[in-house]
Amino acid sequence: MFEWFGKVSYCPHTKVAEFARHLKNGRLMGSRCTDCGQISFPPRADCPTCRHGEFEYTEMSGKGIVMTHTTIDAAPAGFEDDVPFHLGVVDLEETGRLLASFGETIDPAEIAIDMPIQVVPRMFEESETIKVHYTLEKPGTTWVKVDPD
Amino acid sequence: MTRVGIIGIGHTVFGRRSDATVQELAFEAYRDALTDAKMDPELIDATIIGSVPEYHKQRSLPGVIQEYLGLNPRPTWLTEVACASGSAALRTAWMSINSGMHEVVAVIGCQKMTELTTPEILALMGRVGDVQWESVFGTTFPGYYAMFAQRHRHEYGTSADQLTAVAVKNHFYGASNPKALFQKEITVQKAQESDPVASPLNVYDCCANADGAAVTILASEGKAREIGGDRTVWLDGLGCATASMSVLRRPELTSLPSAREAADQAYKMAGVSATDIKVAEVHDCFTIAEIMAYEDLGFCPKGQGGAFIAERQSYIGGSTPVNVDGGLKAKGHPIGATGVSMTYEIVSQLRGECGPRQVPGADIGLTHNVGGIGQYCFVHVLRRD
Repeated sequence: MFEWFGKVSYCPHTKVAEFARHLKNGRLMGSRCTDCGQISFPPRADCPTCRHGEFEYTEMSGKGIVMTHTTIDAAPAGFEDDVPFHLGVVDLEETGRLLASFGETIDPAEIAIDMPIQVVPRMFEESETIKVHYTLEKPGTTWVKVDPD
Repeated sequence: MTRVGIIGIGHTVFGRRSDATVQELAFEAYRDALTDAKMDPELIDATIIGSVPEYHKQRSLPGVIQEYLGLNPRPTWLTEVACASGSAALRTAWMSINSGMHEVVAVIGCQKMTELTTPEILALMGRVGDVQWESVFGTTFPGYYAMFAQRHRHEYGTSADQLTAVAVKNHFYGASNPKALFQKEITVQKAQESDPVASPLNVYDCCANADGAAVTILASEGKAREIGGDRTVWLDGLGCATASMSVLRRPELTSLPSAREAADQAYKMAGVSATDIKVAEVHDCFTIAEIMAYEDLGFCPKGQGGAFIAERQSYIGGSTPVNVDGGLKAKGHPIGATGVSMTYEIVSQLRGECGPRQVPGADIGLTHNVGGIGQYCFVHVLRRD
């Protein structure tokens, strides 16, 4: 079900496909190597440290700090209707990094390097198929349990 | 180990070339290179193509080019590392000659980008990041460099005026390069009033998609002395390094670690240092990229790239003239052709053939060709004896 992840999916098949189901259930998951315990975000099936091939999901707090950001005005195919949109690269509290769009709780004028944010799972509501992603929001923004099952 | 010399160079006009197929573009530059070398094409043992396949409708480009150039049944193959594909072809040619397998190799960098629309190109190029975790959010190629620029401004105070100064310089030199896409100067005001692309970059911070080809003919030391004589320019230092595909695994966001590593290798191999470089071609796909290149190559200390351009140190007469052919910015960036085009310019400079753009006394030059957002970097040091 990894094709659920992202407005445009380029990569429907992966060993970490369950990430998308967890995200749909409101949980942002990293991976933990079952051998050496290395935590990775984004999650990966193969441990970058010891090369072990088994892992388990581990929930991330979603708390992070903005490392850099930009506003996209010239959009790639599939995103023409979204401009301008604001992207940030965020270092997560536990470990790892992600790239995502800033969400509604953040005024674009306030976006700045070093600002704390909360990564929040989301669904594209206008989509006819299941489409999940995550956005960068103000700290304290509630995790949305979009479709508990 | 033999020295490898460049004995012939050719270059098409870069631009929107709806008049020609990609093999016809390659032929223009190939014919120029043979004329320049004054050599019989029978001497060419092999051709290596630097190009990025996904822009072309034609599959398997080396085949169609080799046929059109009339070089069957001699061998040909493609090298691909995004925007650094041309330099990968040069490195492969150097290796082929040094292995003893071939003596004279034609390197053909070529690209016809304008078969695709701009949004298609933005989407394609945006996928130079990690498509699994990044492209799904609508990343673009300028977007990545924009995020480097934001971080560079945060850490070192690099300003919009300093970014614009790179574009103004490169257009200044592009205006007198007959091969350039944009042969006109620009003002600071015009650049800063152009449409936003990905903040803080606007249209004039970005190089242009283009069609074009460039060719260099490389030969073993013996063949180079025989054919090229004292016009030969020697490829004496080669560095090549990589960095993570994903920006999510780059500890630093103000530098390309692959460029620093490749520069170290090339300087060491050639037995030179940054201060010996009299003229450089660097990969200014965006204005911030040229500023980072000044720092990564050691032309100025880390964080001082903005001041380096503001003080005009990269103009002719400054400490290291950079991109005095207009760079990717004014010349255009037909992806696979770019590394070979950079080499064309440095060979021309070291031969003293650049007219109003000539750097006086240039005897050692450098090319810095980046693939993607620094996933690959090739740095070459060239010398004229």
